[in-house]
Amino acid sequence: MSKPLNIVVCGSLVPDPLQTLEPVQTPQGLGLKNEQMLPSVLDPWAACALYEAAALAKMRPGSKVTLVALGPKAKLQQLMMTVAQKVPLELVAVNAPAGGFTDAKDTAAELAKAIKSMPAAPDFVFGGCASASRDAGVTLQFVAEMLGITEFFNAVDELKVAEDDTFTVKERIEGGKYLCSTCKGFPAAVGWATGSLPEPPNNPQTGMMNMRGVMPALMKAPTANVGTGGIVWEKAEVPAAKRNTVVKKDMPVDEIAKEIVEWIKE
Amino acid sequence: MNIKAIRFEGNGTFAQDVPALADAIKAGGDELVLLLPGNSRVKRAAAAAAMRAGAEIDTNVVDVDLADGKAVARRWVYRQRIFTTFSRAARPWVIVTDPSLFDELCAKVGVTAVALDAAASAPSRTTVNGVENAGTGGESTIKPDARLLFVAGAGWTKKQADGALHLDEASAAITGFLGKSGASLGSSKSLVDMPEAAAAFSFMSHMNQVGQTGSTPRHQKGLATCCHGEEPHVVGWRFVSERRAVNLDANCGWAQGKADVVYVADAFAVMKKVNELMA
Repeated sequence: MSKPLNIVVCGSLVPDPLQTLEPVQTPQGLGLKNEQMLPSVLDPWAACALYEAAALAKMRPGSKVTLVALGPKAKLQQLMMTVAQKVPLELVAVNAPAGGFTDAKDTAAELAKAIKSMPAAPDFVFGGCASASRDAGVTLQFVAEMLGITEFFNAVDELKVAEDDTFTVKERIEGGKYLCSTCKGFPAAVGWATGSLPEPPNNPQTGMMNMRGVMPALMKAPTANVGTGGIVWEKAEVPAAKRNTVVKKDMPVDEIAKEIVEWIKE
Repeated sequence: MNIKAIRFEGNGTFAQDVPALADAIKAGGDELVLLLPGNSRVKRAAAAAAMRAGAEIDTNVVDVDLADGKAVARRWVYRQRIFTTFSRAARPWVIVTDPSLFDELCAKVGVTAVALDAAASAPSRTTVNGVENAGTGGESTIKPDARLLFVAGAGWTKKQADGALHLDEASAAITGFLGKSGASLGSSKSLVDMPEAAAAFSFMSHMNQVGQTGSTPRHQKGLATCCHGEEPHVVGWRFVSERRAVNLDANCGWAQGKADVVYVADAFAVMKKVNELMA
């Protein structure tokens, strides 16, 4: 019988994509206007990683999924009200600033520290292939390097683990293609793209079960000093490219089609 | 300024690419500013390599300026919603550019990229088996070099005026247009997430998704059909220069202020006619 898996998922919060974002200078450096008030969601790619981790854990009885989340404690608590209802998980929280202007290396160091302090080393370290805040796609590679994990896969859409613990992965590469690889066993770090699973529906029972561990985890979350590192932000601006859209109503289909074809051929 | 550029392409494994890149960074000297193209191989290995070599790294850079002995870079954060200009004092500094801009940026800063093809002999537990197309419909519908991006939205899978679904008709209209125009296919998130779309549109996968959690391709022209999204979803065609949309809602957030022209019409009828005209 195959052994249970210990899967760690690194993921945190990002501003809800429907919010308008405006950069402002704060005493701590660059930030977002009303950042504390902005509703947050679990980073979309990290969410895909979490759902894939839960699906994988389900296939191996006894497996455990631990979400390691770095972010402001109060906002993490709010976020967990919904995330905890999605899949069974344990939470390890780190209370620190999270956002597009914080340093990826500092963030990775705190995540690696949290993972190292766990009772058992992970078989898999999952995360999103990039965040929807910094969008650099480097944090998980830093974590892998800090943990001494030599096998890392980026922008993964499919992971299949065999009974003998070998696994195959499909990574997104150029031109709409997948690079298919086989890896002989754990540990490995996996930066997920969207994967193939839909968002699980909210399950209040799962939520109640998870929250028993989530609240104490939030209470004992260590505070970390994550800054902007060595980066000097000189300017941050919202693009003001609003187009003067021409709306063509009541135009016959034949004319629209003709105009589109001419435009394509221009 | 000690600025260099390395071209690192093809396929490799993390375990072997990291030491190869780290050695290249170390060999460049302490004052190095190194440009790398952000292809999949570099994106996988460069961050760990930079860390191993004691370098700083920034990715998805879209512009680099050299002035008064100082390097300044530009990149987007929050998924193409905030544009930043920044610099670093620390060296070595690895700058991973958008892959399509690599040659242009090398020329701008006056460096010639040198190919790095020597794989390190580090042990790896990973074996590359090969490359395959995404989706199950045969030929890839993602064509980064195409002039036109055709974005299909969830409206293609909705009930039409007669109260029925027309998935086969939608599939024929989309594939017919792609075949005739040579366009690359993009999709909204809502469409690729739909199980019925996955079954009916075998030529499409999550890889086609553009936008907040998808890609942000750089085609000259973009034609969106049946897309109904708000501003954040429109980041998918932030870098598409000329944009038109066919939409039943003139006030749709996908189009208003984002497209040059919006045709308020039924995309089924329009694309059928377009396909006839392009025959």
